[in-house]
Amino acid sequence: MSAWETVIGLEIHAQLATRSKIFSGAATAYGAAPNSQACLVDLGYPGVLPVLNAEAVRMAVRFGLAIGARIARQSVFARKNYFYPDLPKGYQISQYELPIVAGGAIDIVLEDGSVKRIGVTRAHLEEDAGKSLHEGLGSLTGIDLNRAGTPLIEIVSEPEMRSAREAVAYMKKVHTLVRYLEICDGNMQEGSFRCDANVSVRPAGSDQFGTRAEIKNINSFRYVEKAIQYETARQIELIESGGKVVQETRLYDPDKGETRSMRSKEEANDYRYFPDPDLLPLEIEAAYIETVRAGLPELPDAKAARFVGQYGLSAYDAGVLTASRDLADYYEAVVRAVPGQPKLAANWVMGDLAAALNQEGVEIGSGRLPAEALAGLLARIADQTISGKIAKEVFEAMWAGGESADAIIEAKGLKQITDTGAIERAIEQVMAKNPAQLADYRAGKDKLFGFFVGQVMKATQGKANPAQLNELLKKKLPG
Amino acid sequence: MIHRQTLTQLAAGLRARKVSSVELVRAFLARIEASQPALNAFISVTAEQALAEAEAADRALAAGRGGALAGVPIGHKDLFCTAGVRTTCGSRMLENFVSPYDATVVARLKAAGAVVLGKLNMDEFAMGSSNETSYFGPVRNPWNTELVPGGSSGGSAAAVAARLLPAATATDTGGSIRQPAAFCGITGIKPTYGRVSRYGMIAFASSLDQGGVLAASAEDAARMLREMAGFDPRDSTSVDAPVPDYLAGLGAPLAGVRIGLVKEFLDKGLDPECERCVREALAVFERLGASLREVSLPSIPLSVPAYYVVAPAECSSNLARYDGVRFGHRCADARDLEDLYKRSRCEGFGAEVKRRIMTGTYVLSAGYYDAYYLKAQRVRRLIAGDFERAFGEVDLLMGPTTPTAAFALGAKTADPITMYLNDIYTISANLAGVPAMSVPCGFAAGLPVGLQIIGPHFAEQRLLHAAHRYQLETDWHLRLPERFA
Repeated sequence: MSAWETVIGLEIHAQLATRSKIFSGAATAYGAAPNSQACLVDLGYPGVLPVLNAEAVRMAVRFGLAIGARIARQSVFARKNYFYPDLPKGYQISQYELPIVAGGAIDIVLEDGSVKRIGVTRAHLEEDAGKSLHEGLGSLTGIDLNRAGTPLIEIVSEPEMRSAREAVAYMKKVHTLVRYLEICDGNMQEGSFRCDANVSVRPAGSDQFGTRAEIKNINSFRYVEKAIQYETARQIELIESGGKVVQETRLYDPDKGETRSMRSKEEANDYRYFPDPDLLPLEIEAAYIETVRAGLPELPDAKAARFVGQYGLSAYDAGVLTASRDLADYYEAVVRAVPGQPKLAANWVMGDLAAALNQEGVEIGSGRLPAEALAGLLARIADQTISGKIAKEVFEAMWAGGESADAIIEAKGLKQITDTGAIERAIEQVMAKNPAQLADYRAGKDKLFGFFVGQVMKATQGKANPAQLNELLKKKLPG
Repeated sequence: MIHRQTLTQLAAGLRARKVSSVELVRAFLARIEASQPALNAFISVTAEQALAEAEAADRALAAGRGGALAGVPIGHKDLFCTAGVRTTCGSRMLENFVSPYDATVVARLKAAGAVVLGKLNMDEFAMGSSNETSYFGPVRNPWNTELVPGGSSGGSAAAVAARLLPAATATDTGGSIRQPAAFCGITGIKPTYGRVSRYGMIAFASSLDQGGVLAASAEDAARMLREMAGFDPRDSTSVDAPVPDYLAGLGAPLAGVRIGLVKEFLDKGLDPECERCVREALAVFERLGASLREVSLPSIPLSVPAYYVVAPAECSSNLARYDGVRFGHRCADARDLEDLYKRSRCEGFGAEVKRRIMTGTYVLSAGYYDAYYLKAQRVRRLIAGDFERAFGEVDLLMGPTTPTAAFALGAKTADPITMYLNDIYTISANLAGVPAMSVPCGFAAGLPVGLQIIGPHFAEQRLLHAAHRYQLETDWHLRLPERFA
């Protein structure tokens, strides 16, 4: 395997979160009754004409600026011609020779922690096609044109990824970015974010590209990884057994975990691209670009760098906490409410909270546990009212019942014991009950220190302040 | 003899309540019915609807209301979508297609109060120069029914020439308004590309198609165009510039106006009788104070080949939507998707449309795109540059509209190239997007001849003024074919 290098380029299709379609006024909401959101323009009726949605342009410009790309002062819409029932006009309006966004880059973090820059060749605006429906129609095929005309931005990377893991990291980063920019809802089940993967292999060290296969329409991170792994192995095996990779389009079958041929290069359509005469070239003024730039949010990389500097977090933690804007906002809300405890906040947000959310399959932005509520709990840890261990118990109760940390601590009597006299009394009782262990300890069995900590904690229902307890035990046990 | 009145006279008569819209509509409907077997100018006649609209117009006029064209009967070329009335585009493909909406042009004329008598015959999908490609049969020339009326707006031109209507809408992609205007002895204007909305105008070649008017006079054309022109947010290629009042200042003196005679239009293909008519017309302009000089637009001979690359390329894509799935002709008993596509399109389209779809598909194909499509686009820029230079020297360009007067039915159907060459003088204006007119300027062997007037972008007013001034001096535009006088 090591003799081969994998070369991957991704074409990501992100549906832009505009309210209406890219060339018509019809709504773009997902899940409406079939063909209830297709107007005459979407249906390709005789005589109708496309009119560009300015909001889609703004979103594309936002993306371009976020990846440091050039925004074309003039870009051109072109027709991609082919016949298909879910393509009402017999052509898709896309951008071909002059896309709106060109150049740019996205940084990904590799497993060893190093950063790799992936070039973005271009990103262009285009309309989505409709959908063919097969379920419940017997031998018939239904056409739902609700999706026809939904705005997409197609983001084309350079062939600079060298493993399935890198491809997934890149795709996740783009996913993070489009959601930060609020230009795509990122919903992969609904097809709002999907990709085509171009995969080839070559002998390690070669500077020539091998023949590539394009795996179409993959709509999950896991499938991207699996599809590329499968395809890489298939190509290597093919070449090693004396065969040749053919340029073709393939489909990934998640049930079988394999890719299979859809059509070869010879069967490929000649799309006969030409500039769409119904749309004038799209002119974008410098002042407009600056207005859009001024409206950009803090982007993930900048935010992560700030988290490292401002909160003293590790690069890894900062990366995790900035993976989505909701998560980062939540974290910062907690930090603001419990000043001076950024690491404690990070541990809880990434630890117990993340686990609980994950288990329930709830998003952090859902309001399931407001930042103020978690902050209420952390404040009690910070002021030593409760220990970290008790805090987990309180957290569980909060998660289950929705009451505040203070109410739970009060009701359950979980307040930490910080009264030295009380702790001393508990220690003395434990020492009295366990003379043998005490003797062993005094004879040099240092490991028994933990035993006494546990016993005292048990006697105080875990409420003894751990630091105080340690200190007092160290004083008392030696006798 | 109310049909002999111009649209301007009719509109004034209606407003003065000297005549009712219902009377007018009845009179013209009777003429339409009587002419249909001989001319075949109409694909659909909407008599009932027209009478209802006329009654409404009369009520509005009686109440002192009503738009600029209140009660005036008109017709639409059958590629303007009309809600509730079928729009066939002269094709079997759309034989039963009823549009759910009105084209912008239709809506604007409706808002101005015009009453629609029907939908006019045309070459299939506006592809033709003789109106012989219509699925609904050829239209015949009112001056001689053995001759073609020109195309593709042949029905509109024949109807106006025979005074079945005072005016009609039309479209011009390579000469489809001007050539039939010339052949039928009437006035036609193709405005600047972007002046009239293309929304609801079924596309042939989107970058060349432009809606316009066929009428009895320049004044009538101005009256119609004033209502039709203007920015439409639903057409991205329509231009957001104010529409001048085309009627204001009609008949202004021509003193000082510089006219250029296009040298390349006086080629060896030009019939000497047509040339004589054109030169006589130019002499009239000179007499009226205009100066005349010969101007060369050297790239014009390249316009026909460039056009027959660009127009088919766009048409091959524009007509892809007719696939038998959502509307239009669908073949019976399709075996599978490919069979549905193939047979629906083979059955629905006629020979000329198929020829152009195939030509267009070819010139856009990988490996041919640069050699044909891109080269044609370069030629287009050269031609536009020629016009720009010429309009630096002169105010208007003039020349013949067509090389010959109307020809016989069937004379050119066997050889598409001969047919295409009929548009040799008109195509360049479409490629450059500039406005152009044809006005009657005499007769060659008893058949009308057209003078073409071309202006710079958005100079419609200049064209109309010059044409009107000429029509004040001449009466060619008032001559009617004997049979329909």
